[in-house]
Amino acid sequence: MLLIYCPYCEEERSELEFRHGGDAHIARPANIADITDEEFQDYFFLRDNPKGLIFERWRHIHGCGRFFNAARDTVSDKFVMSYKAGEPKPNLSGEPTATEKTVETYEAVEGIAK
Amino acid sequence: MADHALRKAPLGRHHGGSAGARVTPAAPATRLSLRAGEDAIGTLSLAFGLELPRRPKTSASVSGRHALWLGPDEWLLIDENGADLMGIASGVSALHSATDVSHRNTAILVSGPDAAGAIASACPLDLGNAIFPVGAAARTVLGKIEVVLFRSGEEDYRVECWRSFSPYAFGLLVEGAEDAGL
Repeated sequence: MLLIYCPYCEEERSELEFRHGGDAHIARPANIADITDEEFQDYFFLRDNPKGLIFERWRHIHGCGRFFNAARDTVSDKFVMSYKAGEPKPNLSGEPTATEKTVETYEAVEGIAK
Repeated sequence: MADHALRKAPLGRHHGGSAGARVTPAAPATRLSLRAGEDAIGTLSLAFGLELPRRPKTSASVSGRHALWLGPDEWLLIDENGADLMGIASGVSALHSATDVSHRNTAILVSGPDAAGAIASACPLDLGNAIFPVGAAARTVLGKIEVVLFRSGEEDYRVECWRSFSPYAFGLLVEGAEDAGL
């Protein structure tokens, strides 16, 4: 069972209580009516889908109900940290990202992952 | 034409469990889904006669009336004596939102030495004494449904679930009670 730290409940809770909410820190353009279709497409549809560290919105839907942000490794599924909505994006440049040796969570070897 | 509507309890006379964990439907109660900002907590606490909890997973209880913390601005109020909670809320001028959910929810009482084991058979919440002591409350999941769990005593838990889900919740808890006793 994957445990996710909820910054509002101040403890780790089961992933069953959470819902994923897409990428975090996507700023809505202030001049939304003036931007071109390409710019709108870039803002609205296109995401980076990185291999490694990603910042996402999560919602503790079956708990306190709050949205918050979390930094997660898309390869190992490890939650690096989570923080309240509205707080600035943390600088995690020192955090190790996925390497060739990182075990993909869907692989059959998951059981022996350290 | 009938002069008055009959109240039909969602779980009727269901009963079950094991020697270690009794599972019984709770008596009808009035319930309130309460949302309010920080500035209204004091006024609402005075009106309801108990201190609305501000810390995660905590509750406050005064003679059969309970206020369970669900979120930073959300509480579930339960009055086992059937007091008119909506009437109290309507007399409070501080900005808040109150919805009567007395008949939306029903509750199942699980008690006995294996009560925690029975609930844990379908619930991912850590029910250990240190992390979920008497008086603790949390919204979580039980099998495929959402429930509010309240530890009312050392070996007593109250499982609040939606009325239409109650036969499912009851069945799960009865199975869990039997398994926990093995």
